[in-house]
Amino acid sequence: MGNQIGKANLEVFAETLLQEAKLNNNIVAVTSDSRGSGKLVPFGEQLPYQLIEVGIAEQNLVGVCAGLSAVGKKVFGVSPSSFLTARSLEQIKNDIAYSNQPVVLVGISAGISYGKLGATHHSIHDFAVLRAINNISIVSPADNFETSEVIKKSLDYDKPLFIRYGKKPTLNLHKEGQKFEIGKAIVVNQGDEIVFIATGETVQRAYLASQILKKDGLNATVISMHTIKPFDKETFLEAVSNAKVLISIEEHSIYGGLGEMCASIISQEKININFKILGIPDEYMINGSQSEVLDHYDMAPHKISNLAKALISK
Amino acid sequence: MDITQLKKKSLEYRKTLIEIIYNSNAGHTAGSLSCIDIINVLYNDVLDITPDNFNSYDRNRYIQSKGHSVEALYTVLCDKGFFEKKDLDTLNNFDSHFIGHPTRKVNGIEHNTGALGHGLSVAVGMALAYKMEAKPFKVFALLGDGELSEGSIWEACTTASKYQLDNLVVIIDRNNLQISGDTELINPIEPLDEKFEAFGFSVKKINGHDMASLKENLSAKPVTENKPSVFIANTIKGKGISFMENIVSWHHRVPTKNEYKLVIDELNLEIDKNNG
Repeated sequence: MGNQIGKANLEVFAETLLQEAKLNNNIVAVTSDSRGSGKLVPFGEQLPYQLIEVGIAEQNLVGVCAGLSAVGKKVFGVSPSSFLTARSLEQIKNDIAYSNQPVVLVGISAGISYGKLGATHHSIHDFAVLRAINNISIVSPADNFETSEVIKKSLDYDKPLFIRYGKKPTLNLHKEGQKFEIGKAIVVNQGDEIVFIATGETVQRAYLASQILKKDGLNATVISMHTIKPFDKETFLEAVSNAKVLISIEEHSIYGGLGEMCASIISQEKININFKILGIPDEYMINGSQSEVLDHYDMAPHKISNLAKALISK
Repeated sequence: MDITQLKKKSLEYRKTLIEIIYNSNAGHTAGSLSCIDIINVLYNDVLDITPDNFNSYDRNRYIQSKGHSVEALYTVLCDKGFFEKKDLDTLNNFDSHFIGHPTRKVNGIEHNTGALGHGLSVAVGMALAYKMEAKPFKVFALLGDGELSEGSIWEACTTASKYQLDNLVVIIDRNNLQISGDTELINPIEPLDEKFEAFGFSVKKINGHDMASLKENLSAKPVTENKPSVFIANTIKGKGISFMENIVSWHHRVPTKNEYKLVIDELNLEIDKNNG
């Protein structure tokens, strides 16, 4: 695949779902006036009987998904992550997770994808709130390959699943023949003393930072921790056990997400490593595009590489 | 089941549900008494949901959105053979599946409920799935009246109406009381009939304790073509126990030893009268 810029994961999701739904009329998409923002207009035109539109009513969307699933449908509930995982959190908790309905909830335009639309539309809480809910898996694919794979794998996934991604084109990160499994992290680059662990659209930033470090003769490991829950502790421990520096990078609050998951393991396993969590701090967030905001909060590739160099020399 | 048998069942069910509440020292007494006649008629005359067909997709469904009245539902499911009475007697014990709100860990429970305002959307999803498959099955949802303050109920109504779910039957246990008092003083929900009509439902007010009326109305198929239906079942909270009727505190009060004896005496007297 090489490191070409691909499509937006949003587009790949919609294309993959349409392709799969054409082959399997048991697949149903449920939208909350989100078919446009979810790139599901072609789905609605080509498979009108497989798309349920509930209007701007996210709580109802999640409940309807649970009911459809209980009567045997393979259901994809598609709605902006900001609304899906906040307004309808109780429906996710009770009607999907606690009721063990294998619905796929798709949080579109997650993180700070909506950029300048502001904090009402950001979902920098979704990992944190869903991690604290029993019996739901969380996947945040990094690129087109991971997005397409997680949708295909979700068809046979027999547990509640939440998938979130953004809407900007992403760098293709994986080599031909790469395998994908929900719950199994992918090592994008095997390095030595420096480890970058990232999820979703920040993996490409970690990768670009590792490319910068290569010029300085440093080989950083880059992990795409696409599955936030269940967390692939094995791959993580393998990567950090002989490393000196660990930097986690996520398009999420620094509370309750990938970084704190790493911190929890490091402290409990007594791993001695220079560790820094990059994410959105607890403050009135700066306004800007997704890219500008991530850069501002020290997630620009050159800032990540500089931080790694500073930490390795400590 | 004929009316006499249904009446007899209701009296027995009242005894059992109060017995399990009394023995486990917890439960929603009065709300279970207000909806027990409805659940009785549903399971003994309308739904045709049995332990044998429960794992099949091809059947009717029942969602109890007012999950707190679970003692009424457990009592009926036990009578229908979904589990044994000795299992039900573990209600509220440590490590028992029989908890204070419906859970699918218990055989016969369709969907986990307890937080109010959830059940109708789930029922809508189920009814939609049957419509999509052109299956003739119906979905029944029992809602509390206090629960109607939840906005998600009305979101669900819009979808039920949009998709013309005439296989969806909503029953409101209209007992006029919620935990803090009179529903119309807490947060008025009337005029309920006009509200549901405006949301595209076929609406009928019925007596929620009249077996003949429940039997006739809940069996209608469908009530109105291309419209979801709602029965506003007028009920009495605490129905059947003289000193519990319309008393707010019995929402989740447990009878004392003396009160429990009075309940059993009163119900035994009714059972004798019914047999006589």
